[in-house]
Amino acid sequence: MAKHETPLLDELEKGPWPSFVTDLKQQAATKPECWDILGQLELSYKERITHWKHGGIVGVFGYGGGIVGRYSDVPKLFPGVEHFHTVRIAQPSGLYYSTENLRSLMNLWEKYGSGVTNFHGSTGDMILLGTRTENLEPLFWDLTHDLKQDLGGSGSNLRTPACCLGNSRCEWSCYDTQEICNSLTQRYQDEIHRPAFPYKFKFKFSGCPNDCVAAIARSDFAVIGTWKDNIRIDQAAVQKYIAGDAEYPANAGAHKGGNWGKFDIQKEVIALCPTDCMWMEGGELKIDDTECTRCMHCINVMPRALRPGAEKGATICIGAKAPILDGAQFATMIIPFVEVDKENDFEAVVDVIEKVWDWWMEVGKNRERVGETMQRVGLPTFLSVMEIEPIPQHVKEPRSNPYVFWREEEVPGGWERDVVEFRKRHAA
Amino acid sequence: MGYDPKNPMVGRITDLGPRYYGDFLPPVIKANKGTWLYHEIVEPGVLMHVAENGAKVFTIRCGSPRVATVNYIRDICDIADKHCDGFLRFTTRNNIEFMVDSKDKVEPLKATIKSYGSKFPIGGTGACVTNIVHTQGWLHCHTPATDASGPVKAVMDDLFEYFGSMQLPAQVRIALACCLNMCGAVHASDIAILGIHRKPPMIDHARVTGVCEIPLAIASCPLGAVKPFKAIVNGEEVKSVKVNAERCMFCGNCYTMCPAMPLADPEGDGIAILVGGKVSNSKSAPKFSKLVVPFLPNNTPRWPEVVACVRQILVAYAKDAKKYERIGEWAERIGWEKFFEKTNLPFTEKSIDDYRLAYDTWRTTTQFKYTSHTAAYTK
Repeated sequence: MAKHETPLLDELEKGPWPSFVTDLKQQAATKPECWDILGQLELSYKERITHWKHGGIVGVFGYGGGIVGRYSDVPKLFPGVEHFHTVRIAQPSGLYYSTENLRSLMNLWEKYGSGVTNFHGSTGDMILLGTRTENLEPLFWDLTHDLKQDLGGSGSNLRTPACCLGNSRCEWSCYDTQEICNSLTQRYQDEIHRPAFPYKFKFKFSGCPNDCVAAIARSDFAVIGTWKDNIRIDQAAVQKYIAGDAEYPANAGAHKGGNWGKFDIQKEVIALCPTDCMWMEGGELKIDDTECTRCMHCINVMPRALRPGAEKGATICIGAKAPILDGAQFATMIIPFVEVDKENDFEAVVDVIEKVWDWWMEVGKNRERVGETMQRVGLPTFLSVMEIEPIPQHVKEPRSNPYVFWREEEVPGGWERDVVEFRKRHAA
Repeated sequence: MGYDPKNPMVGRITDLGPRYYGDFLPPVIKANKGTWLYHEIVEPGVLMHVAENGAKVFTIRCGSPRVATVNYIRDICDIADKHCDGFLRFTTRNNIEFMVDSKDKVEPLKATIKSYGSKFPIGGTGACVTNIVHTQGWLHCHTPATDASGPVKAVMDDLFEYFGSMQLPAQVRIALACCLNMCGAVHASDIAILGIHRKPPMIDHARVTGVCEIPLAIASCPLGAVKPFKAIVNGEEVKSVKVNAERCMFCGNCYTMCPAMPLADPEGDGIAILVGGKVSNSKSAPKFSKLVVPFLPNNTPRWPEVVACVRQILVAYAKDAKKYERIGEWAERIGWEKFFEKTNLPFTEKSIDDYRLAYDTWRTTTQFKYTSHTAAYTK
């Protein structure tokens, strides 16, 4: 493949941040199709518009997802990217890898693809970027037989579930995010590979309310770690923070580069508590846990003094999505607390998932995310379908309009009345 | 035996799922999973986690362009083989993390990382601008209104000093999505860079019936702007659609459903900037990003207007916000009228919502602050 002049892209080789252009050029020495990637991208930079055709339905036998078809609209100019399909590979939970596995994947991709990847795609999969239709089946064969791994999701199915790194390296994780993520990904392989839903459906598992995997913003089904007892306090460590001990930097050292002055527990912790439930008394930090909403701020600031409670589990929020079409939605808090327990195969979470699916697959319209279905039918209806008793925690505030959809059985005597009888007493 | 095209179903293996995460944990992580006690950011880009038994893991975080070649991944494998027992991980924001089990292994690991020049910048921790989550753009996507990797590179070059330091009031999460489908989910980011279209779709009447389900194309429009239409192609009447351009909000959903309705355009497309979103529940509830700059041009190859705008917002925030305050929390405390004044961004009608639930954002109180915007009333 010919080398193309890329004066515009060459400008992106300047500056301190690592350059994808430099990387692609170096790769082109052994994978010449990278020149055509650069060539077509240069054309897009010149004309300020994409040169990929709309869609393309390709895949491997028996799967309805995992491969995204892509074709160049200028294949004569750039034959190396005539077909440029994406392969989504399901990522290991928590995004840890052995180099042995990564090297095997790279050997596979050097053999069957463009040599270009994304680590990772937005939903969490490893993305292998650019291959030809005829390579898909051989690639899938080697992937499953030699590497013992599999494609992720695409289309109207369960998308590859994702999690934060959880308790593998984080002291705040309130449950084992990796274990449930991996376990449910395995349990629902059919739902990931064979589209049967009205639209996409995403699970995301965050270990605590800091929500590092953006579950509340991005997933139809968000499992976010929390606790139901009291924040654990180490009063001796509180004193170390107050004293400004170098081993106890505020916010775990996250502000080390700023001139913020000496740590001030009153200003930085107590006054910033959103529920005003903390105070100092007799030289000790006190917390009224009955008022606490478990926002994490005090724990974030003093990780050596404060820890989440010991009775841990998760809050389930349902229905987040990006703006297309009626606007973005965060997930709505539906279940305040569930146990996330491997011993019972995560029964408490699985029960909720399958109840949501049973209902949504029945009533969801084509290309309607579950959060949109919830909006269409209303939260009271959704709760009733889910057999969940409405509680004040489900809303930010009660409704301010009086237009309640009363049901007939709630009104004594029902709705059938006789207007003739009515008129005998009330002249028109 | 490899794949046999004549017998594609023989010996086929399916539904293996992902590799088991437990096989990929570094030994110190595997031994201490679930027993971590606390952590500290030792210096920008270097984390220390301490377990109940006193075991420690040191993590060095490096930025990456996310677009990574086979060569690039092999380079990071070389580093991990040399220093990290052959294990590494990635963060949800496309950073690479190398882990070692004692402090004396940190400097040798850093030295190896730095031997690659600027390829693996160390940082992305604490009160910084960490890596930009982004989408594919012109490199691979069929519906983009801008590129992704190019603007990200240009913005990160400009904000590089903030990646490797921790001098901001709080962490600043920047995200880029190259169209309104928002694969990058930028709707809850401190600063969102969003590709937008501004021209209604063209209708390729000759192709509509061949490639589209007309009822689905009509149903795809949230504003009912797509209607059935009988077009004349080569003297013959064909079933097609037409678009009421006055109703179009340029979401591109019709093009997603119908390839015969392309809307991308060099002059029409560009970038909108939204700010003040957050995902974390810390202090305040998660917030959506709000539109503060309706349009900046796709000025390739380095998007100078976008780069300058992001810096302008970041610098005003860094100067004025209180410790721990995210951009959205800062804007809410000072009031959005003050946000526009302090960032020196022009306020336009485009920032006033006139779509669904718009009324929720209109001001229905006499409480406001006097700024330059009210000068005409107060002079």
